[in-house]
Amino acid sequence: MTQVLIAGNPNAGKTTLFNRLAGTKARTGNYPGVTVERRRAALEDGVELVDIPGTYSLTARSPEEAVAVEALLGEGDPKALVVVDATTLERGLYLVMQVLEAGLPAVVALNMMDEARERGIAIDHAALGEALGVEVVPIVASTGEGTGELLAAVKRAESAEWTTDFGDAEETVTRLAKERGRAWAAWALLSFGDDDTLDVDEDGRAAVEAARRSLEDAGIDVDVTIIGARYAAADALCAKHVKAAKTSSRGETLDRYLTHPVWGLAVFSLVMFVIFQSLFAWSDPFIGLVEDGIVWLQDSVRALMPAGVFTDLLAEGVVGGVGNVVVFVPQIAFLFLLVAFLEDSGYLARVAFVIDRLMSSVGLHGKAFVPLLSGFACAIPSVMSTRTIANRKDRLVTMLALPLMSCSARLPVYVLVTATVFVGSAKVFGFLSLGAVVLFSMYALSVVATLAAAAVMRRTVLKGPKPALVLELPPYRRPLLSNLLSTVWRRVREFLVGAGTVILALTIVLWALLSFPKSDAIATEAEAARAAATSDAEIAAIDNTEAADQLAYSMGGRLGHAIEPVIEPLGMDWRIGVGVIGAFAAREVFVSTLAMVFGIGDADEESEPLRESLQNATRADGTPVMTPLSGVALMVFFVLACQCISTVAVVKRESGGYRWPLFMVTYMTVLAYVAALLVFQVGTFLGIGTGGIAPG
Amino acid sequence: MTLQELPVGEEAVVSDVEGQRGVRRRLLEMGLLPGTTVRVVRRAPLGDPLELQLRGYSLSIRGEDAKGVSLTKGAG
Repeated sequence: MTQVLIAGNPNAGKTTLFNRLAGTKARTGNYPGVTVERRRAALEDGVELVDIPGTYSLTARSPEEAVAVEALLGEGDPKALVVVDATTLERGLYLVMQVLEAGLPAVVALNMMDEARERGIAIDHAALGEALGVEVVPIVASTGEGTGELLAAVKRAESAEWTTDFGDAEETVTRLAKERGRAWAAWALLSFGDDDTLDVDEDGRAAVEAARRSLEDAGIDVDVTIIGARYAAADALCAKHVKAAKTSSRGETLDRYLTHPVWGLAVFSLVMFVIFQSLFAWSDPFIGLVEDGIVWLQDSVRALMPAGVFTDLLAEGVVGGVGNVVVFVPQIAFLFLLVAFLEDSGYLARVAFVIDRLMSSVGLHGKAFVPLLSGFACAIPSVMSTRTIANRKDRLVTMLALPLMSCSARLPVYVLVTATVFVGSAKVFGFLSLGAVVLFSMYALSVVATLAAAAVMRRTVLKGPKPALVLELPPYRRPLLSNLLSTVWRRVREFLVGAGTVILALTIVLWALLSFPKSDAIATEAEAARAAATSDAEIAAIDNTEAADQLAYSMGGRLGHAIEPVIEPLGMDWRIGVGVIGAFAAREVFVSTLAMVFGIGDADEESEPLRESLQNATRADGTPVMTPLSGVALMVFFVLACQCISTVAVVKRESGGYRWPLFMVTYMTVLAYVAALLVFQVGTFLGIGTGGIAPG
Repeated sequence: MTLQELPVGEEAVVSDVEGQRGVRRRLLEMGLLPGTTVRVVRRAPLGDPLELQLRGYSLSIRGEDAKGVSLTKGAG
């Protein structure tokens, strides 16, 4: 089996070509040890295609680029298929030369030939190929033009014999090349001391560093010499074999509007609104379908199987857990459909261009904007969408800060609490309802907290040189539907396999925590009461009381009691504590858990009985649990706490380990605790909002 | 004069690229080399970053990094 690595610049159409050649044979996996996607396809005739990450050069800044470098310069002897955008040939040839220096059998695919022809660019591909010593095949990956010829050329390809003349550094490169070849020598000279990632023995490293120093002592700028030599060769080739009519680059007219100070910001806002709307409104019916399906499944399980612990496990733990996973799919699918569209069309780079000024002020990349905004809907798809950010530190800061954005699962908590503690018609400035102002403040707090957390992380745990923005603004192109759907499908699958299993397991653990141990005494007592009951309403009330008593008796209930001393300074009692524990499954579960604790049965955030129970709840000393102040403290806690096992699971998956999700849970919990403590204690001290709640 | 000071719409030739090594190398690898002709196409709506046109494509970099790029006026 011959391995064929598809390399190329980002935006050169590498993925389109891979999809075109692989068709349904594409298989997706991960590179060992890193969360970089690896796509492969075994073709009939002993050729295995591997899509390696897009890169402008073989010096590594991101995990993706490191994977590309390792694949092309590391062990093994694959063939290389380098995809080049025919409209930006010089920059493409820079990468081609690095691959050719490695001596791999290679073929150059001259992609986007249709655009090149449109722009009056004529390339003598045969002569160019002759000069490079490899075949150059003109193709249009989006239509499939030339791809048959390309595959044939790949099969014929033999070791390349290209030699870049490195000028002033030539002697040094030749000397270092004796060990591991010219490509490695040039790579080492450029990369060492900055962001080298390949394993290199100490001797090899010392030799390269000494060589670099002696060149620099002689007044030779190593980076400019090596990079410049390749570009000089590329320029010479282009001058000889490319005839370009001088035309303005495509998309220039479009960009005049899309990056215009007024129109540009207007379009930007509109696009962001569409993303927002898709996550909030468009995915809603699908989420509803999933939820209804889960309820139906749970009811079926209960109807078909004898009542008992095993049935409970199946219905509540397993089916409920699967539901907790699948419920995210609509939002993930919508977000990735839109993000893939923006990325493939070229607009995502403009998003970064337009908003980078704001984002960079807190140390974030321009591309962090879409993930952060999506955080208002749900952190799960947002964390996954941070993949559009190339630099690892930029990506980590974004994914660790964005769970602070007030997601839609927090809203039911706010609604319940505001409706409980801000009844009546108190107005601010005479026309704003107090509840609305408080609700808005929670959203404002979440944005401030997110940006502040990002800024702090940038200066502490994820410190480093300020990441530069060196971003290609690719020409606008029409995205291929098949590419978009393939991306959506891969992301959904990755989520189900990678994060879904963890979410399922944690949901079962949480269910067990709130279900066991069970008290026989409570069950017997309820049974006796039911036997004596005379109406259905009475039986329902007994059921609810039993559920509440069993919950109090369970591990979770006891945990609520156990943490009461810790959460009391925040204005919470043990029942709220149980609700907070239950909310780890998903924040909105806070509401149903509380309803259970208060023996109300099924209730949502609009439930009157639940509000009344909360308003009437008192502590041991007879003071009310819920006051405007304790309500605000509770909401502040929910804004800042990482009350979501699914977020933890997806961050674990995207960051490649438990280290960062653990850090995230810790910092968010500490932040939430301290903030709620401050609110409640300072408020109590000043006597703000500590009074009871006037009935509405 | 530096690339940060080049007025929008004007063209010049790069004479030198300075800056933190990683950033500098990335700029060089994107083809912004001494001798390369570059034009400032526009500034982003909020004033930064810049959009450059070089070697037939558009590249965006921040003003801060553009300060390290020295220019000689006119097509070289």
